[in-house]
Amino acid sequence: MKRALIAYCGITLLLTSGCSRKSKQPPQLQATAKGAAIVESSGGKQIGYIGLPLDQPVVVQVNDASGAAVAGAAVYFSGAPGVSFEPPAALTDSSGQVTSAVSLGQQAGRYKISASTRDASGKNVEIAIEEAALGYQQTLGAQLNAQYCIRCHDPESSPLRVSNMDNLSVKPHPFTEGETLNKMTDADLIALISHGGPALNKSAEMPPWGYTLSKSDIAALVAYIRAVADPPYEAGGLVYAQK
Amino acid sequence: MKDKLKSLWRFFFGDSARAFGSASLILLALLAISPAKDHFSQWRHYQKQYLHLIRGRADAVTLERHFQGGIQQIWIPEQQVTDRCTTCHLGLKEASLNDVSAVAFRKHPVIPHSLTEFGCTTCHRGQGAATTVEEAHSATEQWEQPLLRAKYIESGCGQCHLEKQTATPFLNQGRQLISTSGCTNCHTIKQADGTYIVPEDDPPSLKHVADKTTREWVYAWIKDPQAYASTATMPNYHLSDDDARDISAFIIAQSAPLEPPLQPVKADAKAPADPAAGTSLYGQSFCASCHAMQNAAGMLVGGNVGPELTGIGTKAKPEWLPDWVANPNHYDPATMMPHYRFDAAQVATLAGFLASKTEPDFLANVHLDPATPQQIEHGKRLVLENGCASCHEINGIKKPENFAPELSRIGSKPMSQLLFVEGVERSLPGYVSAKVRNPRAFGSSLKMPQFKLTPQQVDAITTALLALTDRAQTQPPAMRIASVQQTKYEPAGHAGQLMKDLRCFTCHMINGHGGDMAPDLTWEGTAVQRDWLTQFLKNPETLRPALIRRMPKFNLTEAEINSLADYMMTVYQTPQFDRDWLPVSEFTPATAEQGRQLFYSKFACQSCHIADFAKDKGYIGPALAGTGKRFNAAWVYHWLKDPQALRPGTIEPNQHMTDDEARALTAFLMSLKSTGSKEVAKK
Repeated sequence: MKRALIAYCGITLLLTSGCSRKSKQPPQLQATAKGAAIVESSGGKQIGYIGLPLDQPVVVQVNDASGAAVAGAAVYFSGAPGVSFEPPAALTDSSGQVTSAVSLGQQAGRYKISASTRDASGKNVEIAIEEAALGYQQTLGAQLNAQYCIRCHDPESSPLRVSNMDNLSVKPHPFTEGETLNKMTDADLIALISHGGPALNKSAEMPPWGYTLSKSDIAALVAYIRAVADPPYEAGGLVYAQK
Repeated sequence: MKDKLKSLWRFFFGDSARAFGSASLILLALLAISPAKDHFSQWRHYQKQYLHLIRGRADAVTLERHFQGGIQQIWIPEQQVTDRCTTCHLGLKEASLNDVSAVAFRKHPVIPHSLTEFGCTTCHRGQGAATTVEEAHSATEQWEQPLLRAKYIESGCGQCHLEKQTATPFLNQGRQLISTSGCTNCHTIKQADGTYIVPEDDPPSLKHVADKTTREWVYAWIKDPQAYASTATMPNYHLSDDDARDISAFIIAQSAPLEPPLQPVKADAKAPADPAAGTSLYGQSFCASCHAMQNAAGMLVGGNVGPELTGIGTKAKPEWLPDWVANPNHYDPATMMPHYRFDAAQVATLAGFLASKTEPDFLANVHLDPATPQQIEHGKRLVLENGCASCHEINGIKKPENFAPELSRIGSKPMSQLLFVEGVERSLPGYVSAKVRNPRAFGSSLKMPQFKLTPQQVDAITTALLALTDRAQTQPPAMRIASVQQTKYEPAGHAGQLMKDLRCFTCHMINGHGGDMAPDLTWEGTAVQRDWLTQFLKNPETLRPALIRRMPKFNLTEAEINSLADYMMTVYQTPQFDRDWLPVSEFTPATAEQGRQLFYSKFACQSCHIADFAKDKGYIGPALAGTGKRFNAAWVYHWLKDPQALRPGTIEPNQHMTDDEARALTAFLMSLKSTGSKEVAKK
């Protein structure tokens, strides 16, 4: 009887150890401290590509009730299926921060990822961070943007690309400027890109691109503009990749 | 217990009639299994779910009409595609299902191809004929192609599209990296259109290496190239100290002295009077267009066409630098570096400046005793084993043929031919990316060296390699879009020799041959006026105020300039129109004024171009204030009518001008004859 029990325990142990290797549970961390709030430090609102890591890691910070950073608090990251974190969970460092590299899922669109920690009462405190992933069409749009649009529509300059925005008498809208661009319909944007500013009674400094870019190129640009809008563009209701 | 079983047996099989009845019942049950299995199959479950989903929607009637039950199949025999994916993925073509959160029923994202014509597995891999989730998407015993992860999806495009497409940046990057990292020095990659991926890493010849650098430097370099320059292309072979000692001994022993030999540095050579002269000559000569160098703040500034120069003073021998700067052809006739024609004082200044750029730490711990014949012999064996001559020209060693496995069909390599090690995902993409990332993890005796790549670059290279499939090689040629290859164009005659000596093709493209750093000159003779061209060759002015790269000044003689100008004006002509077709004398001031108004109002050209340095600010395109002195009117007119026809890919938008508008604008632009753009642009 005793032998049978030992054998039974052994088999169960073997089986469960086999199983546990298969299902990747986030490691349970031994938190040495607890915070009261979690805030985003950097890495939100990035524009990445499906399945690929974002350029910058996501950094979150755990604070106590008085707003001071807490070291040694356990932070867990989670997101839609396909979103992966490296590491998925960690203890905050001496400055109260956790850094995780994020790869977005396989679907183009907006992603909400969350970082959570437990406060002293054991309650879950979490923060939602938004990222966007570009799919085929938006990627094409992003490439065309970098080739044709960015020099006037992006105020940032780099040594290799000096922004032309300040040289224009009417300042163009950066494509992330959702407040303005979200109000325009797809048809308006297509008309504006194809026929230039005067098509919508706007400045002629925006030239017509309809004789240079194809219709699918212009549709791709609109898809890109919609994908990077901040606040997000909500046409037929915003769809988040579901858990 | 036993009795109970016995009575049960008797009940069912007690006599022949009972036995027959029971056997029939069992048979019936068995026969029912198949239809039942079919009825409860996974795909029926998905089809029911789909119907449930669409019935709740406003456009249910349309969607239901489009719905077809049963197993669906896309069959394209000539591409070996049999895809039943659409059996469950029912909403792929339904535009209105864009917002569905269930991935299985969502509309397929916009792509330029029809699903019916290309199928699903062509790009996504997976098992097309399967009708269960597990078998279709995952790797099974019998099927080794799991669904491709999204980060490699552009490999699907790369099977047919061998050209550079705007929409596939990662595939393009991967192909570029394969070429610039020198992968194809060892691995042959024959693309489906019969072309090869040509290495573009330009590894230096080692024929005269002992004239250029010391054995100590070679030793330290081959131990860890990135320790010398973070941007170094040469991979790390993880050589032991002894192996590096012997290879450096052999390489130096094989080096032959240059003919004629280098001039020793004169002991009485004085430092230039102005200590900043070297820095400013380096800047004026636009060395940074190709070479990177760390500035005082430790930031790397400059291009990546030539090697990084941060520690060049530690690398190059003092007598080699002036010889190289004076005429690079002497040391390496195949170099991409132009022959600048510096005068003696300039050579001394620039060589002195470069010699002062040292990294003493790099050689701090290198002490080599004179090489023994055994060491040299061992070095030779190592050079042969490691395939050094695949990239570098080494005296006495032949370039090995097919040193590494051919990769022309790596994207379809069967799993049975792959050796996996611990920690590598058991799939082809997993294997390829692991091999690119860290080759020596597959065994320390492996020859493939460690390249310095970011994770993103590894993914890009993997994407490009996964595009090299059997399907790519075997599909009908009509489906293929061929790659754009460099032509073998070479200019002829004396001017041609001059152009090669000046390495015009390192930056400029002419007739499909050359670099893309500077404008294409194929039709330059039609575009510009001869006087402007000679002036520009004498002293290149700033054409684009916002660019940091610029044409360097070569100390050309009058005769050389005339020879170049004559050749370009005669040979580089477009067949589309005659250069003198639109004489400036035809323009009236009234037409020019009309053009001025079009320039500033209707077409708002001033957003990107400067016509008048005093008031215009746009600097995306070249400044046009000197158009009347630079261009021919016919070129300007045709450019305005259709810029892409004259230079494909230019970002100047085609404004669809009428003939009269283009003529008026040409009249205005040709009236602009300002000079001295540089001074004003600097403001």
